[in-house]
Amino acid sequence: MSLQPDLMLWLALAPFVAALFAPALVRRIGSSAGWVLAIVPAALFLMFVTMVPQIAAGDTVSYGVDWAPSFAVRYSHLIDGLSLTFALLVTGIGTFIVIYAGGYLSGHHQQGRFLAFLLLFMGAMLGLVIADDLVSMFVFYELTSITSFLLIGFDHTRAPARRAALQALVVTGSGGLALLAGFILIRVVSGETSVSELFASPDVLRDAALYPAIFVLVILGAFTKSAQVPFHSWLPNAMEAPTPVSAYLHSATMVKAGVFVLMRFSPVLGDTALWETVLPLFGGATFLTGVLLGVRQTDLKQILAYTTVASLGLLVMLTGVGTEYALAGAVLYLVAHALFKGALFMVAGAIDHETGTRDITILGGLLKSMPITFVAAILGCLSMAGLPPMIGFIAKEVLYDGVWEAGGVSAVTVTALVGNALMFALAAAVLIPFFAKPGELPKKPHEAPPSLWLGPIVLGVLALVGAFMIEGTAHSLISPMTSAIAGEAVELHLHLWPTGLYPPVILTMITIALGIVFFIFFKTLRLLMVDLLETVGWGPDVGFDQLMRGLVKGSHALTKRLQSGAMQQYVTLTFVILAAVLLLPIAVDGLPDFRFVGEVDQPFDLVILGLAVAGLWVVIISKSRLVAIVSLGVQGVMVALIFMLYGAPDLSFTQFMVETLSVVILALVMTRLDLKTVDHRLPADAMKDGVIALACGLGFALVLYNTVQQPFDDRLSQFFLKHAYEIAHGRNVVNVILVDYRALDTLGEISVVMAAGLAILALIRMGPRLKSAVVGPPADRADATRVGAEPSAATIAAERPS
Amino acid sequence: MSTLIFRTIAPYLSALMVLFSVFVLLRGHNEPGGGFIGGLIAASALAIYGIAYGVDVVRRALWVDPNALAGFGLFMAAVDGLSAILAGKPLLTGLWFVPVIFGVEIPLSTVLVFDVGVYFVVVGSLASIALALEESD
Repeated sequence: MSLQPDLMLWLALAPFVAALFAPALVRRIGSSAGWVLAIVPAALFLMFVTMVPQIAAGDTVSYGVDWAPSFAVRYSHLIDGLSLTFALLVTGIGTFIVIYAGGYLSGHHQQGRFLAFLLLFMGAMLGLVIADDLVSMFVFYELTSITSFLLIGFDHTRAPARRAALQALVVTGSGGLALLAGFILIRVVSGETSVSELFASPDVLRDAALYPAIFVLVILGAFTKSAQVPFHSWLPNAMEAPTPVSAYLHSATMVKAGVFVLMRFSPVLGDTALWETVLPLFGGATFLTGVLLGVRQTDLKQILAYTTVASLGLLVMLTGVGTEYALAGAVLYLVAHALFKGALFMVAGAIDHETGTRDITILGGLLKSMPITFVAAILGCLSMAGLPPMIGFIAKEVLYDGVWEAGGVSAVTVTALVGNALMFALAAAVLIPFFAKPGELPKKPHEAPPSLWLGPIVLGVLALVGAFMIEGTAHSLISPMTSAIAGEAVELHLHLWPTGLYPPVILTMITIALGIVFFIFFKTLRLLMVDLLETVGWGPDVGFDQLMRGLVKGSHALTKRLQSGAMQQYVTLTFVILAAVLLLPIAVDGLPDFRFVGEVDQPFDLVILGLAVAGLWVVIISKSRLVAIVSLGVQGVMVALIFMLYGAPDLSFTQFMVETLSVVILALVMTRLDLKTVDHRLPADAMKDGVIALACGLGFALVLYNTVQQPFDDRLSQFFLKHAYEIAHGRNVVNVILVDYRALDTLGEISVVMAAGLAILALIRMGPRLKSAVVGPPADRADATRVGAEPSAATIAAERPS
Repeated sequence: MSTLIFRTIAPYLSALMVLFSVFVLLRGHNEPGGGFIGGLIAASALAIYGIAYGVDVVRRALWVDPNALAGFGLFMAAVDGLSAILAGKPLLTGLWFVPVIFGVEIPLSTVLVFDVGVYFVVVGSLASIALALEESD
């Protein structure tokens, strides 16, 4: 390897740094910033290219640094065939996408933000595919979900974009959480924290009793991310995002993260009956669902989106089949798909950009006005249709080889056949805008600028060159990646042109014939699908809305129950629970024998005790609230005196001040409340409150009593006393603990003081206004006046514990 | 509350309390005291002054908004904690300098700076609450 591992770790984070500078750069030099920013992924791409020979020779490289050593979390890379190929796709396609985004959103007032999001995503995706440590992998996995959310919702003034963004985040984000749970189980079962360590003991997960749980959690993560049925509907909706995002995230890279996870864990989780049943089942269902729903669409981007869903299904299916050639087919198809789908999305974007529409029923005649874009489109469509001489053709040959080898004429083979034939028809449909008779176009079409056609052309040419130089492609990328997925060295010998009439070749011929038939009857097929879907009338997309509505309703109902808005209820509930928490353990465990600890050796003690009790008595009997508050202060001061007499001057000091301030603030609060100066609770209420108060007091007394019964372990105190002056140069141990030994705690505490202060201030200031504000749903309007009295009461509650 | 006696005594009392709070703050590392207690005393001083002369007078006397004071304190404590990292030690480790001025050793430390931060947070937060409560709407 030509670069130091340490350097690699930081260089892989370069897109994040570039994202920081993107907005400023766009402000300075406008949309040409795309060309400048593309240097970052391009450089990374070249860096990964230099590693190809080493990895192709069969090496794997892993290195890293500690991130959170106490949890054995590292930031580490694992470079093998799988991660290298993905890294090349992410950075290579990323380069052209950044250039493309520069042209596509040229003049958009938030282009800087857009490019920043795009680069953030790139950093996350790159981090994910080359991650070795499980936790870092999860972190980057979720980061891709979050950046995808930001990008889909980029046009946040439109409601459909917001909904699509939210849906994508909810679906992929919760899948990510399942993945985290799966990773934690993997760690619990195997004790390993990284992928490379897992590969060293491959059978430990398969043999574990928890294997089914791990399997379900990991595939939940993968299926949501890679839009498998029934989680697929977020992906077509994500087409609300600007086209560069669709091309990059939602076809070439991010949606493959789920497939990546499956491939990554295939050596340690695969090769079981569960794996080989569930993956082909869901993958196959997704494949067929994708192409069938794609037929129904007339929007170019939607067609491409559904074929992406289908392709992801195909990849999952092949990963599940798991034979050598099935895996090789998956790898080839993955690379081919990234190239042609990335290109076709950019073509769709260019068409949209130049004509103002993406509707294939209107578009037409673009062959003359957009010839360069057409070249890119035809290259992409050939590869998508699986026709020679493209890499998509080889991919289809190899995958037919794989499914045939696995089971001859099986459900998987038939699924692959029908799906591919429909894919062929859809690829042909994508070319309609170039040949059909044009309808009423919003804009007069002309060729797109270089930034818009450069990417698709290069990707299309790569798909062509990759196929002609298939021996080299296979040796440097496909074989190493297949080996990484299979978990053993695989050396593939592929060729572009079939050498005989094998079953796969026959399957290809049937596919093409069937595809042509489908295309001839494309319109009929579409109308059929529209009818069918209207008859069904319900899908996961509608289900998602219902789920969200249910969630909001449910939480609203729950909140209404729990948050009544009446201060008395909150306080009552708090103290009842407090009393229960204090008393229940004592009730269960019983009390230790009574033994009088301390002795009353000073006559002062009795006087102080007497005054405290007298203060409390006045609190109980006083009719006036102000008198009660001041009397409560008397009791607090007495406690402070006890602290003083028993050698805790700091504590006593603080208690004095807190007590003084509490009385002052309570009195001030009283003056602001619309309360009668006299307490007039009903006897029954007073009785209830009294019982709760007594229970709390009794609880605290018993807990204290229980505590002092235990032998006192003074090791910590001795340590503090001994070292306070030596280490921390302070004689006041309490203060040394506060500002030195446990300074982090103190920092946290003063943050809380500050935050609580601001919150109380807001409540005081809002007090008068709250009375007119509507709190909660309209039905609760009657309660609003009661809520108005609350803030000051809340002030008391918040102030007391200080 | 604004009786003649109270109004006459309040300025002296407040000034003395603020002075005392600084004294308590500075001696805190070796004798009873520290930023927290000091802050409580200073906040009481401001509250008393406010009850006697009204909130506006206190706000004018303070020059800055008490919340800004609290925020400044929190910032100070946090930055002070980071200084240990610059010195290559774990977060919030105390650093000591003992310069000798006129033959007297004066122990200075980041711990003291941290404690001053605590002082400001407590004064600022509590004073802002007290003053807001004293303000008539």
